[in-house]
Parts: sequence; structure tokens; C-alpha cells
Amino acid sequence: MSQQVGGTPVHKAAPGATEPQAIRNFCIIAHIDHGKSTLADRMLQITGVVDERSMRAQYLDRMDIERERGITIKSQAVRLPYIAGDGREYILNLIDTPGHVDFTYEVSRSLAACEGAVLLVDAAQGIEAQTLANLYLALENDLQIIPVLNKIDLPAAQPEKYAAELAHIIGCSADDVLKVSAKTGEGVAELLQTVVDLIPAPMGDANAPARAMIFDSVYDTYRGVVTYVRVIDGRIGTRDRILMMSTGEVHELLEVGVISPEPIPAKGLGVGEVGYLITGVKDVRQSRVGDTITTAVKGATEALGGYRDPKPMVFSGLYPIDGSDYPVLRDALDRLKLNDAALQYEPETSVALGFGFRCGFLGLLHLEIVRERLEREFDLDLISTAPNVIYGVRMDDGKELVVTNPSEFPEGKVAAVTEPVVRATVILPSEFVGTVMELCQARRGTLLGMDYLSEDRVEMRYTLPLAEIVFDFFDQLKSRTRGYASLDYETSGEQEADLVKVDILLHGDPVDAFSSIVHKDKAYTYGVAMAQKLKELIPRQQFEVPIQAAVGSRIIARETIRAIRKDVLAKCYGGDVSRKRKLLEKQKEGKKRMKMVGRVEVPQEAFIAALSTSDTAAKK
Amino acid sequence: MTDAPSPAVTPAPLSLYVHIPFCASRCGYCDFNTYTSTELADNVRRDTFHEHLIAEINQAAQQLAADHRVDTIFFGGGTPTLLGANALNQIRTAIQDEFDVDPNAEVTTEANPDSVDQRMLDDLKHGGFTRISFGMQSSAPNVLATLERTHTPGASKKAALDARSAGFEHVNLDLIYGTPGESDDDLKRSLDEVLEAGVDHVSAYSLIVEPGTALARRVQRGEIPMPDDDVAADRYELIDDRLTAAGFDWYEVSNWAKPQGECRHNIAYWRNAAWWGIGPGAHSHLEGRRWWNVKHPHTYAQRVSADLSPMQDEEVLAPEQRALENLMLGMRMKQGIPRADLECEDQAIDELLNQQLIEQAAINNQETLVLTRKGRLLADHVIRTLAA
Repeated sequence: MSQQVGGTPVHKAAPGATEPQAIRNFCIIAHIDHGKSTLADRMLQITGVVDERSMRAQYLDRMDIERERGITIKSQAVRLPYIAGDGREYILNLIDTPGHVDFTYEVSRSLAACEGAVLLVDAAQGIEAQTLANLYLALENDLQIIPVLNKIDLPAAQPEKYAAELAHIIGCSADDVLKVSAKTGEGVAELLQTVVDLIPAPMGDANAPARAMIFDSVYDTYRGVVTYVRVIDGRIGTRDRILMMSTGEVHELLEVGVISPEPIPAKGLGVGEVGYLITGVKDVRQSRVGDTITTAVKGATEALGGYRDPKPMVFSGLYPIDGSDYPVLRDALDRLKLNDAALQYEPETSVALGFGFRCGFLGLLHLEIVRERLEREFDLDLISTAPNVIYGVRMDDGKELVVTNPSEFPEGKVAAVTEPVVRATVILPSEFVGTVMELCQARRGTLLGMDYLSEDRVEMRYTLPLAEIVFDFFDQLKSRTRGYASLDYETSGEQEADLVKVDILLHGDPVDAFSSIVHKDKAYTYGVAMAQKLKELIPRQQFEVPIQAAVGSRIIARETIRAIRKDVLAKCYGGDVSRKRKLLEKQKEGKKRMKMVGRVEVPQEAFIAALSTSDTAAKK
Repeated sequence: MTDAPSPAVTPAPLSLYVHIPFCASRCGYCDFNTYTSTELADNVRRDTFHEHLIAEINQAAQQLAADHRVDTIFFGGGTPTLLGANALNQIRTAIQDEFDVDPNAEVTTEANPDSVDQRMLDDLKHGGFTRISFGMQSSAPNVLATLERTHTPGASKKAALDARSAGFEHVNLDLIYGTPGESDDDLKRSLDEVLEAGVDHVSAYSLIVEPGTALARRVQRGEIPMPDDDVAADRYELIDDRLTAAGFDWYEVSNWAKPQGECRHNIAYWRNAAWWGIGPGAHSHLEGRRWWNVKHPHTYAQRVSADLSPMQDEEVLAPEQRALENLMLGMRMKQGIPRADLECEDQAIDELLNQQLIEQAAINNQETLVLTRKGRLLADHVIRTLAA
């Protein structure tokens, strides 16, 4: 429990009894791959909480999926005791933040737990849109920013250029930008000293009723929900019963502690401290990010600001490819929900796809992560319908409804439809400005402004309908800018728009999975593209099959799958018999995987192919 | 062998297939187990390869000669005639020596129109061959070029006429239709030539782009369009019309014959009879057991030289698999499938009857389901429906 520094034993400030003046709470704002986890690793090593031998690369990222994608989904906090230049011991709480567009709210809560932020930027790539967005978020929270360029050991590094860029953005001097290599450790000790020097100590009233903000909540198989908190006022002790102020629920505290980097139980947490609580609850919904915790007895009456219910923005139907996997999918979603307060789902039946769930996600990445986890951790094969947003529909008779699934779009007279819009930031090399403007215009975007971050890098700001982004906007953006553009967006209210539902009819029967809500001007393009695609994907039947796209009762596009005339193997001699029989057996199996839409047999593969490349709508 | 078979044991019929895995050149569409001389190392000798085949014939005879009578023999390939009449006749004689061969046995060889001359045909006829099958494919120069066939237009007709003058009663010409670039007129001229050749049997196959062939690669590169199924359907009808008008009748979806011109060997396949395939990669079937030989001629030669079975693998068919094969093979024939043999629901049969893909006929006093012409083109669909 002690470390030797210069021959003098120095005792750590004990958790629960640390002077706020000795505490520095900070986070690292960085883009994927800019080296945040490596820097965190180096900090763990330099402060001695993890030795070289037990060092696991990127210690803070727990899940495989995060490791593979190089992103951090769930934030955690690590307590780093650090002997600064003045010989005194400081407690540095490194609060890890999620680094992606869908988790803006979680990021904002992590930021709210800090007094300062290290802005970490790859010296070979410069700042990216999400980093910029999170930086603005940090500035809004009045955080002290420490600009840092990482990877200065790379041959491609351009520290001068990007230091100037950062200085321009933050409004500091280029000389204030620290230069480190998290990989080699160069400059990291200086950075820690800067954290001590520049980031303010937390301030709070130790004698006031306890108030702690939840900035993360993680389900653990053995312990139940582990709640990460930052104490603002007062103190939370192990003997307290605690009150969740948004839900009014009271829980017993089973354990209080800090992470350094393994959990260390403590007697309590005082003003400015960061740690974890375990209450035995099993669902992260009972311990919500952003909520205020106080004591059940003599607790605070006013919650800290900033709490928000997680609100799904993007919806998609998830269906097991093998219908018998439905219970597995249900159990898997129930399991994921324990650790994902934003995930919503309810059972849904599709004529075409069978039994599944309509799921709500924070955004596209959230959708992808959930889908991947379902497939990887639960061994499920899934079809997901094209993602859509949430629509408000007002009927002529004044009735209002909320539509999260295109097939629920009302048939009657619609007076108005509203859709969510986002404020998007794109950072890109200036040579691609034209093509990106073209893309944003085609996606019904409105340019809000444009700034040169440096000579050849531009920040563009747009208002865009969220529905236009959830299709293949990001892929398009990447391909039009050879991968150099980065995108961030945040929701920015709703707008009325001229939206219609396009149905796809197969032999006269609507296929629910292919219905889509699109802008009136794009209905035709969507209809034609979908009809053509299905014509290619659906095998010819014994009879002619018309494929129609319709808005209401009006047919806007039509393709025809002609009746099949030839379906026979020319040769079937001695050596062909086994092969042919096996093919037939396989086809018999395949027939079970055929979905009937009216009289039309549609192979499951056709649904997957038609839904997976969701680039049909409004591509040109 | 003897005039009066023993009353105690009636020999079971047996068909023998002999695979000759050699070709002068490889045609672009072909995925058969055959090799050109440049594809083979020096360790496979074509001039003595018949000795290996005879070795396997001896193996087969040890198992089956006692209670089987051979009633059809078929030399296929590859290009059997590349071995020369002498070698083929030696193989033929070996079979005669080892087995009880029916005096009226059908003995067929495949041949390339440009790999035979009158003398060879005479020799084969004298050696006991009764039937010859030429890979004509087409008479259109552009089609032959696309297929990478080496013979010239007109060669097939000449070869067929030569075979008939050598005394071959049964002569087949193979056609391939639906080749990209083939016109209706090209096909009509091919049929003219077939009819002028006076043959009693025609096999016509739509061109199939088999994976791994040169043709498949050319299609993939976009040099040749994929054969069109609708065009193939039209051509099939054209062929059926012309042949029917000339006195041929279909007896299997891809085969037409004049009366008594049917290929008995192929019928044995389709009736799931007993046959033994001699040679590299050859398949065999005996009472629900199928096996197949190692494919490469060198491996094959090594095995049989060491007096080992050249079998690579086998499968024993479950009863439902045998039933599926009977349906799959029988339904393609004009003799059809007795309704009583089908286990599917009446609804499936009614659907096919309504779609006019099958019709009912009384054959051998049995209510039998037979493909209509429309149904012949959709035979796989019919079989899948009835197999469900």
C-alpha cells in the first residue's frame, strides 16, 4: 500500500479521505485511433498502478468488440496516485470517455465529472469532427483544456502544422501544445505534471447533503450493476442507503470503492472523489447515467442538472434468419439491456421476415454494435431492416401519432409529417468541399457555415434530416473524400417535411420489410431502385411477377419478373447422379428457408441482400 | 456363354462404363475428368493405359461375373477413339473374356468427328462395337469456335455417314444449343445436317457454364455473355419440333431416338440399374451403393497396378435417398413415374397438372405422370415439387 519515492515512504491519500485540493479529475478527448488507450496505459505505468509485466495493452477497454473497433463504448474511471514536482501526492482521476457520435450524452456526463480535459490529437492526422464536437462540449462545461499532439514519433507526424491548427481552434499559443508519444512514453510525465498544474481542484461543500453524479453504469455478471460516480457535495459512506433522484428508488449500498486499476473497496467517497458503488441492482436502468445520487436520510432536495432519459433516435427491425432462434434473440436482447440503458425493443411481426423485434438505438453505431454483439456473443444470424427515424404524423382530423416503423405509417389523409434533424459537422481536406456540398445538398442539407481550420482543412456545418444520415451517408462521405472526412452530429429538433411512404408490392402484395418513408421528391428514385434490385434478387417463378412501388394507391414504378421457362439440368448420367441428388436435397432444405409473399417464393438471401445495401434511397 | 441359363440362378443385368481420360485438346466448356498430353506428366502413358483399365475389369469380374450378365457397354471420356481401335477392341475383348456378355449387348463408344476415319470405324465394327456417338455440338463455325471444338463444320455428318457405311446400325450425334452467338438459323442448319446424316439418336444439351472452366472465366471477364435461359427454351422447342417431325421421339428430356434407337446404356442409368464404371473418376452403382474412383489417371494407374481397388469413396443410400433418386431420374423419362410410387401430397400433383407441367397417362396399365413439353423444360421444378 505504499510506494518508494526518493527513499521516502509516501502514503497514498486514502479513498474517502482525500483533500479536494489534491484531486485532479480529467478525461481524454480523442478520436478513434488517435491513441487515447495507449496514453492511458502509459499513465497507469508511470504512476505505478500497473507494472510493466501485468500491463495489458489498452487496459481500459474491456470488451473484445471495443478492442477490435478501436473504440471505447463504456467509460470507466481510474484513480492514479501521483507524486508531482512539488513532492506532494496528488490523486489523478482519469475518466475515460466514449469516443463516438452516438454517445454524445454519455460523453457529456463524463465531461461533467471532470474539471479538465486532455485534448489528444494524432500529430499525423489532425483533429477530427467528433473530437471537435467533444471539445466544444468540454468548453461548454468550462473544462480546462490541455492540448496534446500524440504520435510525434511517427515519420508522417506534422507537429508544427497541427499544433497551429489546435492553437487556432482553442485560441491558445502553438507553444502551449504538448507533444507526446504515448507509444514510447516520451512527454507523458510532463503531461501528468501539466494536469496537476493547470487543472483546477474540485470544489464542493463537504457539509452539504450528499450529491453524486452517475457518469457510467455497467452490468457485471457477478456483482450486478456497478455505478460510477463523481461526488459533488457531501459524502457517501458504505453505511448509507442511497436515493436515485430521477426514479425515487432507494438502494442499500453493498460496496463503495475506487478503481486503481482493480476495484479497491473504501469506507466512502468525499467531495471531488470519483469511484464506484454497488447496490445489487441488476439492470442499468435502475442506475441511470446523469442521475443524481443522494443519501436516503437527510438527502439533498435538488438534483444536479443535466439528467436526460436516453432517447432512441434510430429504429430497425431485427429478425433471426432462422425463425427458431427467436427465443435466443429475445434472451440475448434481455441480457444486453442489462448493460445498455439506451437499448429499447419490442416484439414485432413481419409478413416477410417472421418474428423479430423493433429496436430503438441512439444512432447507427449503436445499432451496429448491438447487432454485432448479438451475432458474436450469442451466435445469432440476423437480418436487420433498413434503419429509420421516428416520425410525428398529424392527420387531417387532428389526430397525432408517432411512427417508428414505416409499416405503421397511416393510410388516411395526412396533414403534416415531422422528422428529426441534426446539426452535422464535417471536417475534411479542402479539395473535397465541392463533392461533400453536393452530397449534403442531395440529402436535403442546409449549410450553416464553413471555416478553415488550417490552410487545407475545412470544417463545414450543416443541418440535415437524421433520416438522410442513417442511410449510407457516412459511407458516401468516406468514399467521396477517400476516407479523409470525419463526421459528427447532434440532434437539433424536428422539422416538417414533405414525406411519403413508399410501399413495395410483390405480385400485388405489399412487402412490409421494404416499405420506407422518404421525401416526396425521392419516392420515385427509391421505388425504381428497389424494384430493380428485387427484380435481380428474386428468382423467376412459374408465373409472371410484377414488382410495384406505390405511394398510397398510386403506382410510381414497376418491374416484371418474367415467368421462368427453363429449369432443368441438361445432363444427368451415371456420374452426375450423386451430385444431382445432393443438390436436390440442398434445395429441399433451401425451400424451408423460402419466405412466401402471397404466392411468390422469396429466398431469404434476397431479403438480406435487398436490406443490407441500404443505399437505394436517394443515392443520386 | 451357354444357351440355357441355369434355372437356379438368373444372371442379373449389368452395365459397364469405361472411362478414357484423354483428349487431344480441352474444349472451353468441358469440366469432365479428362486430360491433354500437356496436362499429364510422363508417368501416365496413353499407349498402355488400356492395360490399367483391363486390370480393373478383372477386379470387377471377380466380384460380379458369376451372377451378372453384361448387356450394355459404354466407352466414354474424354475421347475414347484417341486410344485407337486396337486398344478399344482389346478392352472390349477383355470384357468378353471375363464376363458373360449378352450376344445382343449394346456396345457404344463416344468419338470426336475428327478422331476417326473409315478404317478405324471398320475396325471398331469388327471388334464388336454396335453404336457410336459423335460430339458434333453444332455445324456453325462461330459456335464451334466459341466452344473451342477442333472439328470443322461438315465433319460430323461425314463421320456419321462413314459409321453407317461401316455397318453401325446406331449412330448418335450430340448437339449443344444456346451457345452465346448461336442464332436460330445456326441451330436449324445444325439440325439439317443431323437429319441428312441419317442417325437414329440425338442428344441435345443446353450449354452450361460450369465453374472452373475456361468458358466460365471468359464469361466472368465479360468476353462472352452468359447463355440466356429463355433463348435456350426457344431452341429446345425448335429442336423438339424438328426432330419430332423427322420421326424421332423424346425418351428423356435431352434425348431423342427413332424407334429402337434408344440408348439402352443410358436407360440403365435412369432406371437405377446396376453398373460398374471402369477408369479414373468413374462412378458405379450397385443396389443402393454408389462409389467412385480416384480421379487422376496416374493415381488410378498406381492403384490398379498394385492390384488395389481404385475406389476413392462411396456412399450407401438410405431408402429415402433411393426414392429421391428414382424420382429424379425417372421423372425425366417419357415412361414417367407411376402415381402410386409418389409419396407427395395430391395437392402438389394437382398444382403441376394445373400448370400443365405434367400430364397423366396410362402406361403398362398404371396411372403414370409424364412431363409435358413445357414440363420438360421445367423438370427440376417438377421434381422439387414432387420431392417435397
